[in-house]
Amino acid sequence: MILDGKVPSGRIEEKWDRHRFEMKLVSPANKLKYKIIVVGTGLAGASASASLAELGYNVEVFTFHDSPRRAHSIAAQGGINAAKNYPNDGDSIWRLFYDTVKGGDFRAREANVYRLAQVSNSIIDQCVAQGVPFAREYSGYLSNRSFGGAQLSRTFYARSQTGQQLLLGAYSSMMRQVGLKKIKLHTRKEMLDLVVIDGIARGIVTRDLLSGKIESHWGDAVVLATGGYSNVFFLSTNAQVCNVTATYRAYKRGAFFANPCFTQIHPTCIPQSGEHQSKLTLMSESLRNDGRVWVPINPGDKRRPNDIPENERDYFLERMYPGYGNLAPRDIASRAAKRVCDEGRGVGLTGNAVYLDFADAIKRLGREVIEERYGNLFEMYERITGENPYETPMMIYPAPHYTMGGLWVDYNLMSNLPGLFVIGEANFSDHGANRLGASALMQGLADGYFILPYTIGHFFATTKLDKVNTDKVEFKKAEEEVTSRIKKLMSINGKKTPTQFHRELGKVMWDYCGMSRNEQGLKKALEIVPQIREEFWSNLTIVGEEGDLNIVLEKALRVADFLEFAELILWDALERDESCGGHFREEHQYPDGEAKRNDEKFAHVAAWEFTGDGNKPIRHIEPLVFEYVPLTVRSYK
Amino acid sequence: MKVTLHIWRQKNAKAKGRFETYHLDDVIEDMSFLEMLDVLNERLILEGKEPVAFEHDCREGICGACSLTINGIPHGHEPATTTCQLHMRKFKDGDEIWIEPFRARAFPIIKDLVVDRSAFDRIIQAGGFISVNAGQAPEANSIIVPKDDAETAMDAAQCIGCGACVAACPNASAMLFVAAKVAHFAYLPQGQPERKRRVLAMVEQMQKEGFGNCTNFYECEAACPKQISVSFIALMNRDYLKATCSGEKHLLQTQQV
Repeated sequence: MILDGKVPSGRIEEKWDRHRFEMKLVSPANKLKYKIIVVGTGLAGASASASLAELGYNVEVFTFHDSPRRAHSIAAQGGINAAKNYPNDGDSIWRLFYDTVKGGDFRAREANVYRLAQVSNSIIDQCVAQGVPFAREYSGYLSNRSFGGAQLSRTFYARSQTGQQLLLGAYSSMMRQVGLKKIKLHTRKEMLDLVVIDGIARGIVTRDLLSGKIESHWGDAVVLATGGYSNVFFLSTNAQVCNVTATYRAYKRGAFFANPCFTQIHPTCIPQSGEHQSKLTLMSESLRNDGRVWVPINPGDKRRPNDIPENERDYFLERMYPGYGNLAPRDIASRAAKRVCDEGRGVGLTGNAVYLDFADAIKRLGREVIEERYGNLFEMYERITGENPYETPMMIYPAPHYTMGGLWVDYNLMSNLPGLFVIGEANFSDHGANRLGASALMQGLADGYFILPYTIGHFFATTKLDKVNTDKVEFKKAEEEVTSRIKKLMSINGKKTPTQFHRELGKVMWDYCGMSRNEQGLKKALEIVPQIREEFWSNLTIVGEEGDLNIVLEKALRVADFLEFAELILWDALERDESCGGHFREEHQYPDGEAKRNDEKFAHVAAWEFTGDGNKPIRHIEPLVFEYVPLTVRSYK
Repeated sequence: MKVTLHIWRQKNAKAKGRFETYHLDDVIEDMSFLEMLDVLNERLILEGKEPVAFEHDCREGICGACSLTINGIPHGHEPATTTCQLHMRKFKDGDEIWIEPFRARAFPIIKDLVVDRSAFDRIIQAGGFISVNAGQAPEANSIIVPKDDAETAMDAAQCIGCGACVAACPNASAMLFVAAKVAHFAYLPQGQPERKRRVLAMVEQMQKEGFGNCTNFYECEAACPKQISVSFIALMNRDYLKATCSGEKHLLQTQQV
């Protein structure tokens, strides 16, 4: 099937304005009659819930955390992009659009990206009005900094806690609506299935994480804002409970999953220290503004970093990418680090690390300035590693961080299943094959504050929705399926924990589908993953009870879905026989090791359709047309 | 290294709790405190016993989910550090470690080390916001904020909502949490129009939730992983007093739709 992204006609600058005019409206009085289910309370979910409630819709919002403020958006450090051009360095909506399309290695939908750049400025306005304490100059005006993949300063930030401050802004707006009774907040409830009635998404099934109760909830539309799936790799920078279940269950109910192999490996994370490790910690990319990345020139050089003289160091990013230097985009910087480590020049105990050195910056700017800019990151590094980065260079290594892939959505952010909207990291739409730094926060809030609130109205105004309630047979059937899945898991009585299976799966995915991939490895992983899954369903152990707070069962349900979903990533990575952005197929590279796209065959979105357990899913495509940013080799030299 | 853990186990809110003792022989210095508990939990599951329920998520010290009172101190003895960022190198071989939930009447125990901190959400719901709808905002640089004020607002806004302040306070007072939000907005021009109403509404809700009052122990500041200053409590008290004297009512919020 050829999918239609429903991009409005006309010049790219006019598309969104024209579309807003052409979309049908729902009158204020009629908005009160609709109920919208929002799953997830990160930047996208919280901003959408607040905005929809402000418009008058009734919203029911679900989070599996104890509080909506715990969502993982809170951990974003670096900043949020906008095309304000406050530093007068030549930025514009057009340039932010161009950078994002190019940064995504020409695998995003142009019209979506342009719209994202257009609304970026309103996001900053909104956040400032909410009281987000962005960094400021002595004049009192807003301050900007530069970020990976950009040659100008367009990033707004609040120390190294930008995600936290933006999320607290959205959360407080959302809580205001909870107080006004326009939002009903459900905490500690995890979505375990999507309910589709007559082809339209009409509700969800949840498990109450305290009582184990399985409940149905109906709505006139369902919005998924459930984040990404980096935890398929087991070790990632995602929070512990991040998982793919909501979007994967929607996929199993008929929503197409787009570009699952587009995963991002972030270059600046703290290297792994041992088997016990539960997660990898990200150090903001902003560190690359002042830190210089290097390894020893000679393989096996075991001297302490400060004992290695200047002429025996290889500042490899500056050498390979003089135009961008240490600010090369994430995928490129990550692969460069892997390459020098593969050459035996990696540092640290495992040899899987490179230095990020601030000695020059401290000499140039003084320790105080560095402390002001990165103080809390340096402290965090010292707490975790026990080393002082003011004196010894940091050690960093790439780690899975963000997933560009997600449920397929059209220009209105609606999936192929009518009534199912997908926003934030959970959808696939704006970042192509690689996301630029400080763009995730921008997209989450753009979707939630300024796009979905308009497009969802158009859906209501143009769709006849029958009255439903949770007594409908589709709800009962979905509840039964969830219950029997849980019963089955509880009754295996095997010998391995969910975490053991998760770790095994993660290792396979990292080894064969991580920073670089090849046909042979992917095929091998496609053999191993079903074996792990089979063992999971015959040798898993769960203790405790179903009807209780049960952390083992929660984890088992998530791992069960990762074990199925992993195969989808592998299929996608295998069939996309080209390199682009974060998807690096070793068979397709230039002599200098850069990713080699195949635009003739793969300038499209791959959207996968579920066809039953055990069957290979069907790969549909949405062709991508680049009218405004000419397809070129993505060079950062 | 070897450690002995005494962990509070409690089946549910109504059940009687007790300490249980566990010995761990293979603790590595580089482990975080929670990774050490992960190791224990994996062992318990394989022995067919229920693992210790505790809350955690980002493990980067920012989501505020992790808690635990470790040897009597919320988040443990390391200053300005959440439990997830506490590492075993800060303990000695052979140490005995006592692990309890955050304790406060307003934080009822759910299971083992998990408590209900939703009272914090209800306090924010009462007034911890600026009432601006999406779309209403003026151009961002039309609101000028002196750098020092923005920095002070940020000092207060850093609160992660973990509740360590409450757990550390002999009165189980939530005043540091509430003051942090009140001060965050009080230092910004955007926060001025609702300043009085906000402090009245938030304080009223805080009292309804059953938190105690502040009697200047300053334990909250000492336990706060973000080192939020008690001076914000003084600001909140001043604002509260002023708002009360001014006769401002915190009218029920309404919205035109």
